[in-house]
Amino acid sequence: MNFDPLIARLRAGNTAALARAISVVENERPGFERLLAEVHHSLGRARRIGITGPPGAGKSTLVERLVAAYRQAGQRVAVVAVDPTSPFTGGALLGDRIRMESVALDDGVYIRSMGSRGSVGGLATTTREVCDLLDAANFDRILVETVGVGQSELDVAGMTDSTVLVLVPESGDGIQTLKSGVIEVADLFVVNKADRPGAEQLRRDLEVTLGLRRRAGRQADAVLWKHPVLLTVATKGDGISELIAALDRHHAWLLESGTLQERRTRRLLHRTREVVDRATRRWVWEEARADQRIAERLEDISAGRVSPYEVAAEVLGGLKQGERT
Amino acid sequence: MTAASRPIRVLVAKPGLDGHDRGAKVVAAALRDAGMEVVYTGLHQTPEMIATAAVQEDVDVVGLSILSGAHMALFPRVRQMLDQMGRPDILITGGGIIPAEDMDQLQALGIGRLFGPGTPTAELISYIQSWASEHLEA
Repeated sequence: MNFDPLIARLRAGNTAALARAISVVENERPGFERLLAEVHHSLGRARRIGITGPPGAGKSTLVERLVAAYRQAGQRVAVVAVDPTSPFTGGALLGDRIRMESVALDDGVYIRSMGSRGSVGGLATTTREVCDLLDAANFDRILVETVGVGQSELDVAGMTDSTVLVLVPESGDGIQTLKSGVIEVADLFVVNKADRPGAEQLRRDLEVTLGLRRRAGRQADAVLWKHPVLLTVATKGDGISELIAALDRHHAWLLESGTLQERRTRRLLHRTREVVDRATRRWVWEEARADQRIAERLEDISAGRVSPYEVAAEVLGGLKQGERT
Repeated sequence: MTAASRPIRVLVAKPGLDGHDRGAKVVAAALRDAGMEVVYTGLHQTPEMIATAAVQEDVDVVGLSILSGAHMALFPRVRQMLDQMGRPDILITGGGIIPAEDMDQLQALGIGRLFGPGTPTAELISYIQSWASEHLEA
């Protein structure tokens, strides 16, 4: 398929074209990698900001407030909001737009909902690539809202410039903040719904944890990022300008310390490996007729006549032989 | 290992002033359980908000629940806006308290099948699925 007209319309700011291009990538339609290759040289302009946190922490409301603030500053903003896909039916209820109504009709705002579609890291498998298209469509800020996460869904940190972890006073005590996982990858911390009891306590706990980690770190003080812990009440708009300022400070630090370049290079390495991995898998499964051959042996595996390991070796052995002839 | 099939994407919205969205939520949940990706935008949506969301989300189908009696204004308005935004291919369907002659008239204006109160959700699901198999690329 020739994507040139689509790309031209996308760059010219046509929303339907952008939306269609995103679907091509999200559905991994034939040729979607060519589409991504076409836009690749015009990337790097947008700041990518991840918003993650447990369900009900107020991520969508916070995103709406951030969008409104960035719009006031004249920036064009795109939002990608991910909600979970049912592993049983493949269906999903994507409800994040409900909280973003006040910015929904703004020409400088684009909101896209994605089902996680089998990915377990808090994003969809193609959210990264979708952000590339938004970057190519000349948005200044891309806000990526993850599904409501627990402790270990960290994908967002690998694909954004700045990651914000949104917690609420009920999120737990000092021990929770000491645990590994999402706490380790966030660049900024927000205690939302801070008009509830316990917000100050959680902030202090977080600051202690982050301070301990800084002291244990090996980086020199000058290049160290001091993770801010901010209090917000997103429904009232409290603390939003402070969060915007902290995000700006983080971006400045990313630039000065060389971390931005480092993160983007790491992202590109990861992306390249991913593309190779995807192509390899597709090639092996098709070339070895793996599904078919496993199905043929399933009865034997089930009856215990042969082990899964032997069948896998048969499948892959066939592939190697095919190569030689 | 084939990525050939993709979920049908549906926007479920509740235009107009009536504040009753239980039906819309039931429909949204049923479509989700039928394996569709349902973008739910909630109450009090204007035709402009609905059309904008449908285009941004690149949905295949827009489902509207209208109980206020304003269906003769709202359905054609959403159709018109989607056409203007370059998406005449999106199916508009829905339900509510709509007299049969109004349904006929709306269909003549490019609206899909409409369903009265109490219709089993299975009927809507099979309508959307058969429309999709005819109109969407595999």
